[in-house]
Amino acid sequence: MAELRGYKELPIGAVPFRLSTDYKTGDWRALRPVVDHNKCVKCMLCWIYCPDMAVIWDGEKITINYDYCKGCGLCAHECPVKAITMEPEPTE
Amino acid sequence: MPKQTLPQVPIKKGEPAYKLWIFEPGWKGELPLILNPRQLAEQKRPALLPGHRLCAGCAAPIIVKLASFAFRGPTIVVNATGCLEVATTIFPYTSWAVPWIHNAFENAASTGSGVEAAIKALKKTGRLPYEHVDVVIFGGDGGTFDIGFQALSGAAERGHDFLYILYDNEAYMNTGIQRSGGTPPFAWTTTSPVGKVIPGKQQAKKPIADIMVAHRIPYVATATPAHWLDLMKKVRKGIEVEGPAFIHALSPCDRGWRHGTELAIEIARRAVDTCYFPLWEWTPETGYMLTDRSLAIARNPSLKQPIEKFVEVQGRFKHLLKPENRELLKKFQEYVDLVWEDLLKRAANAPK
Repeated sequence: MAELRGYKELPIGAVPFRLSTDYKTGDWRALRPVVDHNKCVKCMLCWIYCPDMAVIWDGEKITINYDYCKGCGLCAHECPVKAITMEPEPTE
Repeated sequence: MPKQTLPQVPIKKGEPAYKLWIFEPGWKGELPLILNPRQLAEQKRPALLPGHRLCAGCAAPIIVKLASFAFRGPTIVVNATGCLEVATTIFPYTSWAVPWIHNAFENAASTGSGVEAAIKALKKTGRLPYEHVDVVIFGGDGGTFDIGFQALSGAAERGHDFLYILYDNEAYMNTGIQRSGGTPPFAWTTTSPVGKVIPGKQQAKKPIADIMVAHRIPYVATATPAHWLDLMKKVRKGIEVEGPAFIHALSPCDRGWRHGTELAIEIARRAVDTCYFPLWEWTPETGYMLTDRSLAIARNPSLKQPIEKFVEVQGRFKHLLKPENRELLKKFQEYVDLVWEDLLKRAANAPK
């Protein structure tokens, strides 16, 4: 066992140092949101309400970052024109 | 330590999809408060990065995200222990794109006071390279109603310049849905189970925002993530005032409230429509002022919906809809009406 350290050597606190973007939460998903761009009116409500910052607005259209989307379905429920539908995850 | 990189997503116009909030020393000015959703999506990036491990459909990250759109410049976030702290900073990962500190469950407000005092001292000796650094504290309902209340009350009394945002999910959700001071009457929790002996929690919800009003601090407000413009405006007002400010935000919790993951925003909206959670703000000059949907309901009482609308979508109130429990539902409606009528009497802009 390493020698016990005194209070002077110990760090003041724990510092989380890696960005959580390294951790992909996309595999939590059971249903995936799919955007119908013909219906989308670009109201941005999905971008505003997404709890996982998984909706990306690139200046022209909405895309969904499936690396982080947890599949909660909030975007599909809040979409005023029902342009987002929840579909089963494709199985390999 | 390897260099940290953010995921690159191609963007045609506007800011990169994910970015860290870095302000060069000597940065001056104020970030604008953008209320147009499309401009917001192009120019603003939240202070919370994806990859946090809050439950799917949780409303707490939505509140943090909307609040961060209203930050006016360099900001230090202080976090009380709770779902938000536990799930966003699982060692060694952090989801925060802004400086962040966590100390203990009970002393988020004291830690915030210390940060604010340090900023003041650095400014006095000319060692702070910024015009203003704001302190924003995020606390859950356990860390605010119960455990951290004396620290918050003390910090409000000392008049430190911070904004305390309470995200209220109405029980200790992080440890397994135990009742807290914020749990409404008749709600099921694991420590107030529904059965033959009791019909859920028997006590009322602590009126935390009214208690903060009684401290006579410069700004107190209630907000929900569903009324996002209202929330952003209130956060900006809370940051801009000199002295402590307090925002009570309702945060539906799909695990604890027993509803579908897609319903968080819908339930927050119904909470306001049924007057279970009225939206208002208070300043010493203006007194109580209703805002957004609650003002519309005060002007046109026919918009007010029965409490069943709020109760029917949640599993924790399932027993209230049974025929033998009509009496309890009536009592719950009376409780909600009492709080609403009381607020209408006090609100300066409610029609008399």
